[in-house]
Order: sequence, then structure tokens, then C-alpha cells
Amino acid sequence: MYVAVKGGERAIDNAHAWLAEERRGDPAVAELTLPQIREQLKLAVNRVMAEGSLFDPDLAALAIKQARGDLIEAIFLIRAYRTTLPRLGTSVPVDTAQMAVDRRISATFKDLPGGQVLGPTFDYTHRLLDFALAAEGEAPAAAKAPATPGPVPHVTGFLNRDGLIEEEPRDDATPADLTRTPLELPADRPLRLQAITRGDEGFILSMAYSTQRGYGRTHAFVGELRIGRVAVEMDIPELGFAVEIGEVELTECETVNQFKGSKTEPPQFTRGYGLVFGKTERKAIAMSLVDRALRWKELGEDNIGAPAQDAEFVLYHCDNIQATGFLEHIKLPHYVDFQSELELVRRLRAEAMTMQEAAE
Amino acid sequence: MDRKGWMSVLAKAPPARLAALLPDLPNHSYLRPPEIGSVMVQGRVGGTGAAFNLGEMTVTRCSVRLEDGPVGHAYVQGRDKTHATRAAVVDALMQTDAAPRLQSDVVTVLAAEAGALRHDRAEKAAATKVDFFTMVRGEDQ
Repeated sequence: MYVAVKGGERAIDNAHAWLAEERRGDPAVAELTLPQIREQLKLAVNRVMAEGSLFDPDLAALAIKQARGDLIEAIFLIRAYRTTLPRLGTSVPVDTAQMAVDRRISATFKDLPGGQVLGPTFDYTHRLLDFALAAEGEAPAAAKAPATPGPVPHVTGFLNRDGLIEEEPRDDATPADLTRTPLELPADRPLRLQAITRGDEGFILSMAYSTQRGYGRTHAFVGELRIGRVAVEMDIPELGFAVEIGEVELTECETVNQFKGSKTEPPQFTRGYGLVFGKTERKAIAMSLVDRALRWKELGEDNIGAPAQDAEFVLYHCDNIQATGFLEHIKLPHYVDFQSELELVRRLRAEAMTMQEAAE
Repeated sequence: MDRKGWMSVLAKAPPARLAALLPDLPNHSYLRPPEIGSVMVQGRVGGTGAAFNLGEMTVTRCSVRLEDGPVGHAYVQGRDKTHATRAAVVDALMQTDAAPRLQSDVVTVLAAEAGALRHDRAEKAAATKVDFFTMVRGEDQ
């Protein structure tokens, strides 16, 4: 039961003023600017955009500053802001085959057309702290090599030619949108992907990891991982044709999964899919594993009761704003609730003691 | 370049750069004042399959009419209202006698700068391309 309680206004105002002071930290240290956060903490900005489900690097940088670097709090701010925006339309589905790739690797094909492009990756670094970064200095310039313009083909396309992998036939049906209608089960694959792509990176990572450790194993290889920028096109009602209204950075992961066949499907490779705003590699890989695990029913696989196979469990617990909202609300005043619990326990104790005395 | 082409260039242009190339705007009235909103960006399952909702992006739209009649529209990325207004004015001007001048002084410049940025990243990416070589194995000799 919730009852309005008055008082505490001055304490709250003072707490918020102190919060602002603490946020600023030592005034002798230069204040962070939003461009600094946007440019130098880009992966934090990317995560806030992905889980905030709103692509706007400047807003994400502001949210990170306001939240003092608490990314879930920053995501909360973005989600709240998002609800104030009128929806101007829906884009044409982005064409990731046309992506201008910074990075594109495959764990299944060594010599793929277009090559293995590492991009600006943490891979192959030694994970030793670089104390040179503690001092200010110029970053070395990146090397360049002649580039061949043009789109880089998807790896799964090569497997498709031999019929060794399931196809993803084009479907232009309007997908359900969980920002407009509450998520309901059973959720089809497009709806599941929307929930997972904005889901908590840590949760999706752990779910994916659990499948690798045997809780719903799907034998995944990274068929392709690509990071880059794609144009976003939208039909403009005033004009009657589509124009590019912007460009977003995306990370896409396609897994190729071993599949022995089932009652309904022939032996072939199957696929898991991850697509996430920004440079968010860990999340995209994890997303594709969880996507594949959740497909057990349509592929006629056994449900072994693994958490990652349970759509209700995954989809209803992956949103960190829902989770933190419910979790953290228990710290707010529950005085009346607790008062009734207190009275109940006192009454039960009194009854128990009376019974004990009677027995003696 | 057709209208689709220049509107796309204007939508993706850095607002400050567009303002530097076209600081002064001709007189215009708003058919729709600049409005900040969101567009739901969709992807496709597996890159080719069913559409799904990936997340939103911020977009600002605006429609203007120049004094002598032409109407211009803009949908630009981000939340910059002057960017949207300026892009709509350019769209309107591109339908007048001023088109060749704007094409060369604004649209072509912006498109070239965007292309150079894209090419610069592509060259850096190309430098990180792996050249595999297979070690000679004993049994092959």
C-alpha cells in the first residue's frame, strides 16, 4: 500500500545541491565537456545509446555527465527523454550490406572476399595498463592503405549459394514495437530482437555465456562481425520518396550454428543475429547467441529448460531500466507497509507465546 | 544531383559546416517550424529477413516557403533547429535559379567533405586488413 507522506522537502533540495557539487568534484580539476565525453569515452556513449534505444551521441554524453558515469542512470535519463519526443516516422530497414566498414572479421572463413579487416580493436592488445596515457600526449597517427570503395558482401551469402545455411527471406510485415505496445508472449523473432538489442549488456552477456557453458548449447561460430556506418533512409510524406535522414554506427554479428536437423528442418547451418547501435561488439555477439538459443521451438530443437531458451525469463528480465526501477524502489519509504508487517509479526508472536504457555 | 541526393547530403551535414557555407538565409516563412522528434530505425533479421525495430534516432524536421514561392523541406539528423531550417531553405533554393550556385558552393562541398571523411576511414581500415600466409608444413616437402 502506498500512502502520501509529506516532509523532507528541504532535505531533498539540499541532497540534490550536494549531488551537483559532488558531480563537479574538485573545482581545481578542469570540468569535463560534452565533446570530450563524446569523443574520448565513445564506448560508454555507444552503450548508453544502445540501451537507451536512442541514437544521439551528444545526448548520451550529456546523460553520462549528469549521471556521474553511472551508465544505467544515464540510460534511464535517455529513456525518459525519449518518451518526450514525437515519433516523426519509421525508417526503411537499414541495409547492412552497404555498411562502410571500420571492422569486419569472420571466424569461419579465412580468405573471404573483402578480407579480414581488424579495425580499431582491443583484440591482440596485452591488456597491460599503458602508463603513457596517464600523461597527456599526442596519439600516433593511424596508418593508411589504398582502399577499394564499394560494399563488402556478407559472409552468409557464400554459404547460401550451396544451400548449407538457412536463408532469411525478406519480410516487410510491420514488426511489433515494444515502445508502443507492452511486450507480450509469445514474442516473434523481430520483437525478441528489439528487446534484446536494448537489453542490458551484462545480462545478455551472461545469458549468452550460459549457452556456451552448456545451458542450451548452440555450437556458435562468429560467421561475421562487422562495425561501421550505414545510412538511414525514410519515406518523406511531403515528397512521396525516400531520402537519407542520417547515418548511424552499428555493430552486426551473425553466428553460424551447427545443426543436425530436426523433425522439420534438414541438416544445415542455422543462424543467430545481433545488431546493436554503436561500436558494441560484446553485446552484438552475445545478442546473436541469445537470439539463436531462443529459436529452439521454430527449429524443432529440444527445450532442455535452460534459462537462455526461456523467452519469458530472458525478455522480461533483460531491460535494466525496468529491473533497476523495481529493484531500487524498495529503498523508498515503505513505512506503512512495514508497520502492518510489524503488527502482524507481533500478533503472531503473542499467539505463539499464548499457545506455548497453555501447553505448559 | 537530384532532390533526393541533395536532401540526403544536407541531412547528414555537420550543422556548423552548413552554417559556415551559407551564413545568410533569404527571407522565408515557416510552413512547419522546426520540430524535434524521433524516427524508429529498423533493421532486418539476418540482414535480409523480417524487419525489426532497432531503436530510435533524433531527427529535426522543418518546412519553409521563400518569399517568391518555392517550398523546401528538411529532415535532418540530430536536434539542431537552425540546421533543419537552413537545410529546408537550401532545399527551396535548389528549386530556383540559385540552384547552380548552391550546388557548387554548398551541396557539392558538403558531399565532397563527407566523401573525404569516409575515404579516410576506409584507408585506415584497409591498413588493418590481414594478409594471411600459410606456414609450410613438413609433409608438403
